Amino acid sequence: MNYKRLTLLCGHYGSGKTNIAVNMALDLRKSFDNVTVADLDIVNPYFRTKDSSDEFEKAGIRLIVSEFANTNLDLPSMPQDMYALTDDRTMKAVIDVGGDDRGALALGRLAPKIIEENDYEMLMVINKFRPLTPDAESTIEVMREIEAAGGIRFTGLINNSNLGDETTAENVLKSVEYANAVSSLSHLPVVLTTVQKELYNVLNGKIENLFPMTLQKKPIN
Amino acid sequence: MADKVLMKGNEAIAEAAIIAGCRHYFGYPITPQTEVAAYMAKKMPKIGGVFLQAESEIAAINMVYGVSSAGKRVMTSSSSPGISLKGEGLSYLAGSDLPALVVNVQRGGPGLGGIQPSQSDYFQATRGGGHGDYRMIVLAPASVQEMAELTVKGFELADTYRMTSMILADGTMGQMMEPVSLDIEVKPAPEKPWATTGTKMEREHNIVNSLSLVPEELEQLNFARYERYKVIEENETMFEEYMVDDADIVIAAFGIAARVSKNAVNEARAMGIKAGLIRPITLWPFPNAPFKKAAEHAKQFISVELSMGQMIEDVKLATECKVPVTLCNRAGGMIPSPEQVLEAIKEAAKGGNR
Repeated sequence: MNYKRLTLLCGHYGSGKTNIAVNMALDLRKSFDNVTVADLDIVNPYFRTKDSSDEFEKAGIRLIVSEFANTNLDLPSMPQDMYALTDDRTMKAVIDVGGDDRGALALGRLAPKIIEENDYEMLMVINKFRPLTPDAESTIEVMREIEAAGGIRFTGLINNSNLGDETTAENVLKSVEYANAVSSLSHLPVVLTTVQKELYNVLNGKIENLFPMTLQKKPIN
Repeated sequence: MADKVLMKGNEAIAEAAIIAGCRHYFGYPITPQTEVAAYMAKKMPKIGGVFLQAESEIAAINMVYGVSSAGKRVMTSSSSPGISLKGEGLSYLAGSDLPALVVNVQRGGPGLGGIQPSQSDYFQATRGGGHGDYRMIVLAPASVQEMAELTVKGFELADTYRMTSMILADGTMGQMMEPVSLDIEVKPAPEKPWATTGTKMEREHNIVNSLSLVPEELEQLNFARYERYKVIEENETMFEEYMVDDADIVIAAFGIAARVSKNAVNEARAMGIKAGLIRPITLWPFPNAPFKKAAEHAKQFISVELSMGQMIEDVKLATECKVPVTLCNRAGGMIPSPEQVLEAIKEAAKGGNR
């Protein structure tokens, strides 16, 4: 993928933003020294980018995250160094925005500067197998809510359709039609289709712009 | 809807409630349960249902009382501190013999505690929570699929026995995402001739009330209620057994602790230790029978809990203290690791740790 300076990941909660953010950052780090992941999630209490903080440290990736993430302080607070994302234009960053319109509210603070600089992709992560976004219409509805809350328009889509542990190549292939429907209704390109790396070889060549992912470790089997 | 979808445990509860015919939800947001309310807020208006964010947990449980009196399927959900606030209402529901579904996605306590997962409301769920002689049917799911299935079951049991069913989950169960089949069979709700639906001048007034002016009558009401509880104990106990038949060491664990324990049991078996697991699915009524049976061959029981040891008391009662029962636990929002449980099994196999 051809990364812009900022890659913003938004979507319905549980669409897979955090896993994609982790994998994109590691991918970016292969080509750039100054890479940052920012967790702007003010909604989700568990399973956050902070769970991968050791991996980021090892890879030399900066993590911007609320100092209260993964603690008992249930506070929708923003990290104080989040302004570095727009002030320090030497970095490449992946921004993990919280779920739905509520999560995207946090983006409003940065949106004017991001738009002014105009070197970003604002990507909607979609998953056909989430119950509230099973078709193009319902997905577009969530997209419009996120845009209104975040004050910034989408530029593309990431098809991350999956059923967790039970995802099959067939599931992913079936989701292409859904992703294309979202694409034609929203007039936005499907920039990536993400799959867990175990399925990458099976699907490579069958789907355009396929992106292999290593999933964050689950706490419980 | 035969195809599976990917859901958070909290979402699965909400969707399953809708499938079960629940069109009335009253709640107040609290982590790690908030997605139940958020899902209802999105979905209920679209299907002609009611989502209402009450001014407090106390208000929400009393709204449940009102809707249940009118004979409709109704629910509320919260997490530990919020359930404490609902305590008075739970007792009033019991005293009025009203069916309801109450969900507790537990977090670490006591007090405000924290937002990480816990099972330390076991006493509260199985021993009361409110005042007076009463029981709730307490269901403990161990997967997102069970979050959905037991929600439907909970409504059915509540209606059948005119009492509260509680889903006792924990933060991990609420937050984790797994594939779910929502193809769940729902039995039609029973007739509710007692409901306050208007007499139409065709019948006597129905009265829903928990106040009794005559002590002799109140005693009879309590006797009758406990006769019903006996039927539930006989007919509605649910549990899962895993490699118990020849086990020397038997783990007792529910919910997320059972999943951790199953991994440990597998590892122990691979090392040649005969370990097994009994997973209560109903915490009340507690599955005494499989524990009593296992006590005939087991050398030791280990209760694995996300608390300072609460279910362990029921394990001791069920096994009549014939063999030692020890505790393997974490508290305050922490989860025991499979390694920790395996260590406890190895220690027990050596005959130590008693």
